[in-house]
Amino acid sequence: MVGALFSLLVIASIAWRVLAVLKPHKDYTELKQRVRSWWVIIVVFVLAIAGPTKIKLGFLAFVSFLAFKEYLTLIPTRRADRRILFWAYLAIPIQYYWIGIQWYSLFLIWIPVYAFLFLPLRMVTIGETKGFLNAAGTLHWGLMTTVFCLSHIAYLFMIPLEKNPAGGGPGLVLFVVTLTQLNDVAQYCWGKTLGRHKVIPKVSPNKTWEGFLGGVLTTTALCVWLGPYLTPMRYPRSLIIGLVISVGGFIGDVVISAIKRDLGVKDAGSLLPGHGGILDRVDSLTYTAPLFFHVMKYFYF
Amino acid sequence: MLTRLLRFLFFAGIIRPAALLLLGVNVRFRERLPRKGPAILVANHNSHVDTAILMSLFSLGDMLKYVQPVAAADYWLKNRAIGYFALRIVGVIPIVRDRSQQDPLEPISQSLANGRIVIFYPEGTRGEPERMGKFKSGIARLAERNPDVPIIPIFLHGVGKVLPRGEGLLIPFSCDAFIGEPLRWSGKEKFLPELEERFRKQAEEAHFSAWE
Repeated sequence: MVGALFSLLVIASIAWRVLAVLKPHKDYTELKQRVRSWWVIIVVFVLAIAGPTKIKLGFLAFVSFLAFKEYLTLIPTRRADRRILFWAYLAIPIQYYWIGIQWYSLFLIWIPVYAFLFLPLRMVTIGETKGFLNAAGTLHWGLMTTVFCLSHIAYLFMIPLEKNPAGGGPGLVLFVVTLTQLNDVAQYCWGKTLGRHKVIPKVSPNKTWEGFLGGVLTTTALCVWLGPYLTPMRYPRSLIIGLVISVGGFIGDVVISAIKRDLGVKDAGSLLPGHGGILDRVDSLTYTAPLFFHVMKYFYF
Repeated sequence: MLTRLLRFLFFAGIIRPAALLLLGVNVRFRERLPRKGPAILVANHNSHVDTAILMSLFSLGDMLKYVQPVAAADYWLKNRAIGYFALRIVGVIPIVRDRSQQDPLEPISQSLANGRIVIFYPEGTRGEPERMGKFKSGIARLAERNPDVPIIPIFLHGVGKVLPRGEGLLIPFSCDAFIGEPLRWSGKEKFLPELEERFRKQAEEAHFSAWE
């Protein structure tokens, strides 16, 4: 699988150079930057998941931190809430700590319940009521998306080898992250080549039915094919999971698009040249990670 | 020797990771940064973090070699420990803010003559977070005395939110740094309004919402 990923990277690196030679009048800067960023992302990701558990969780906690910081930078925050934001940031290492000690029930309720109850309490003690609901709501939305949802990837690491002899926890993580990202790429490619009918022009004018359905077919086929190599899935369950990943990935993508549109920005940041910010890259994962986790848990763990 | 080691460790181990990983800077027009001195970087000033960010725009080697922030002597040389830190570790050029001394800008001109890249805050103080104050005449006098030195305006945004004046708790946000085209001394009437106009325009183009 890792070998396949690097082969894909090499193919992509050759492909854009070939394109640049065939059609020299076009600008391939973005494609070039995209492929370069993919190299960095994949090398860092593979190194992180090959490391010991602490490194794996630390890496994902850092991704959550970067995504949450990008989110807080984008949304309007109140001056009065500086200290609240500190507490919200503090929820990140604690969430990943619950994962590390495998306290499953607390992992599930830490942000949806306890952060949700505590942050408004702390806001009340500061006492600024103007914009209170807005501030409390946007802050919690960010924590749910960038920390709670993404941290489901980390919990997959803790799945023991006997539950998934094909690849253990890292196999599951590699599977869901890779398929989610390939689904993005597949939807993009199908949309570019065949796209005619727009799905939701008000939110994301580039999303077409052709792209979406092409992505669903490609991803589901890949899921059925690759499932046995990395996960306990077999057909027909892998078909269901393929649908969950491809449809979930699409929804995650357009939800973050809607937020960017609301805030009047094109990209969430500039950390990954060609892609935008980290939030632009993990948008689909905010949906696929918890969905994949729950379906797998229901079927197998 | 020890000072040089501490200086290296301070920047390589604390300032750069904090500025680039903990906060993160979106740099627009990085190619406009000077490759070597003499040059004056002029930026709006809201936070101590401004200096950390401006210094981290350069490679570690270039930064240690060239970049020197100008700092108020009354604030940074209050006691010996802070003074050692400011002068030897950070490498600031201390200047006296009141006008009692003959020529407060002389040390800056000295540094420029030695080929340094000097960070200068024309507002003279950090002021209110995320608001730009009026520029003082210091930068005009400095430009007049060094007419051949390029002055690079850098508009910083978001840094006031990270660590505003009077706050001790640092909150991570990504910051923006817009590097402007260099300008030079253009005469008493023209220079300061031109510089202020550059910043005003940059702030407008970036259209960031106010921080309330």
